[in-house]
Amino acid sequence: MQQKSEAGYYFGPFGGRYVPETLIHALEELEEAYERYKDDPEFVEELNALAKDFVGRPTPLMFAERLTRKWGGANVWFKREDLAHTGAHKINNTLGQILLADRMGKERIIAETGAGQHGVATATVAALYGKECVVYMGDEDTRRQRSNVVRMKLLGAEVRPVTSGSRTLKDATNEAIRDWVTNVEETHYIIGSVVGPAPYPRIVRDLQTVMGREMEAQARERFGGDPDAIVACVGGGSNAIGAFYPFVGRESVRLVGVEAAGRGLDTGEHGASLTGGRPGVLHGNLSYVLQTEDGQIREAHSISAGLDYPSVGPEHSYLKDEGLVEYASVTDEEALEAFVTTARLEGIIPALETAHAISYAEKVAKDLGPGANLLVNLSGRGDKDVDVVADALGIDAHEAEEVSGDG
Amino acid sequence: MTGSERLQAAFSEGRVALVPYLTAGYPTLEGAYSVGEAYVEAGADVVEIGVPFSDPLADGPTIQDTTTRALENGADLGYCLELASRFADRVPVLLLIYYNSVFARGVRRFLDDAAGAGVSGLVIPDLPIDEALDFREMAAEKGVAICPLAAPTTDDERLDKIAEAASGFVYCVSVAGVTGAREKLPPGAVELLRRARSMVSVPVVLGFGISSAGTAVEAGAEADGLIIGSKLMQVVAEEGPEGAGAWLREVREALDSAVCAKAGSRD
Repeated sequence: MQQKSEAGYYFGPFGGRYVPETLIHALEELEEAYERYKDDPEFVEELNALAKDFVGRPTPLMFAERLTRKWGGANVWFKREDLAHTGAHKINNTLGQILLADRMGKERIIAETGAGQHGVATATVAALYGKECVVYMGDEDTRRQRSNVVRMKLLGAEVRPVTSGSRTLKDATNEAIRDWVTNVEETHYIIGSVVGPAPYPRIVRDLQTVMGREMEAQARERFGGDPDAIVACVGGGSNAIGAFYPFVGRESVRLVGVEAAGRGLDTGEHGASLTGGRPGVLHGNLSYVLQTEDGQIREAHSISAGLDYPSVGPEHSYLKDEGLVEYASVTDEEALEAFVTTARLEGIIPALETAHAISYAEKVAKDLGPGANLLVNLSGRGDKDVDVVADALGIDAHEAEEVSGDG
Repeated sequence: MTGSERLQAAFSEGRVALVPYLTAGYPTLEGAYSVGEAYVEAGADVVEIGVPFSDPLADGPTIQDTTTRALENGADLGYCLELASRFADRVPVLLLIYYNSVFARGVRRFLDDAAGAGVSGLVIPDLPIDEALDFREMAAEKGVAICPLAAPTTDDERLDKIAEAASGFVYCVSVAGVTGAREKLPPGAVELLRRARSMVSVPVVLGFGISSAGTAVEAGAEADGLIIGSKLMQVVAEEGPEGAGAWLREVREALDSAVCAKAGSRD
């Protein structure tokens, strides 16, 4: 047990491998492949070369000057993952996993996706390596994130809408696991966050930690030391873990994960598993889960499809219980406000997921006060969200055209 | 007799044991009881009761549909245990339950309640043996049998550990996949059953994909028992409990006459 814990199998009491027996062999195979290749010079070189040339790493650290001035607190810095290829941090994980899949001789790739960012990032690397790709996406989400569906199809992936349950990310994940159980010999499942059975939470964390390492170096270069705080949004929690990991345990760095409070924590319609859930088992691991008294999984709600998930990565549960990271939550309305503010003041349309982090960053910046340095992981861009936001804010594109036509 | 002993006895009758499955709360709370009655009257050796879960990731569409309906009908764990207790004095009862339902109630309390309801054994599809170390000990104290799964992807080394962990029977999954009726018995199933039988001292039972008297006879030649789920749930949906009972009786007869034919050919 202790050995497994050290290998990132459990995180305190959380994590583990709660899956049907059929998958055990595949998980062991993945674990072996990862152990074998993670420090293999050829593997590392291939990954680094693609990170640079294909993804565009390192992504910049940008001083958000006008937002800093508006809030009147700490200096606000954006880690620009929105500038990574495909528009979000998700590609860091899919790239590493496709290299593993390739070495394991798997010719078929499957994935689940919520907002579609992970689906696009998976379809992208599958195209790059010439693999067959199937992406499961909740039927509800294929409508919310239409443009990402089209992108995946253009990249040659098959998108399978999922009509079971709440028709969102949770159900897409069930369907992906069912597919994997059925086609396990020739298929690799590229899971999209630090969730799922061991060894996934650790592999995804390691691959996403490239962000945290860059942040550390860039912070030193730009302001000569560690940041005073890092804020990131948490759905499954991969962008947050990737940003936090090198800093965990450093007392001078305040780490804040921001969950989706949806329509408000007291309404029950939210995605804040850490704040509003309790430990349980979903999708192969033990973690905080939104559930009924009887252990039925509750439907999450968030305006952002990527945070619309009733559980969270097991390492976050551990970090919460150990008090190493603080977790807060932001409502749909507050996220929308931050979305618009960031667009207007900084010329960046952030993903709705990211807007949750930005919204809470205002509180943290004010807490810290002028002179301190606050990093926000700008995990993705919001092009995919414009329809949802237009609906929510009543922006009519057609009306704008008419006005310009009259002029 | 403990639950483990009752189960062992059910598989020692010198014939292939039939283990029909029903989803608790399907088609209705009371209807599920009629389904179980029909099974018992048709000669079920063990009855497997599925506790509905919102996210049954080992199940195919047929059983998912029944669990969704059962949850809408209000089938909570308390009801499922009560249903189990109504059969437990006549036939050993297994609970098919996802681990979160166990965990949410608290492992100890769940085992107390299950033992109190007369449940003989547990099948927990998302609790592989590695995660079940403490659980197994606690279940053994209560006399509730653990029936771990083995799959065609399970190698001999692991099968050995599974055999060691099993206190009821080893549940061999006929195919890499989810539950569902299949026309033919997959080729890997027979191979797995033979491997398991050579290594396992408890009974070896086959599930997933048994859909006809033909597949049952084929599997019955290699297994100590057969679990039949999706096909029976289909029959329940189309023809009600009586239809399911009649279907099960046909399978029983086909199995028995296959044994007679085999015995006859030996003479």
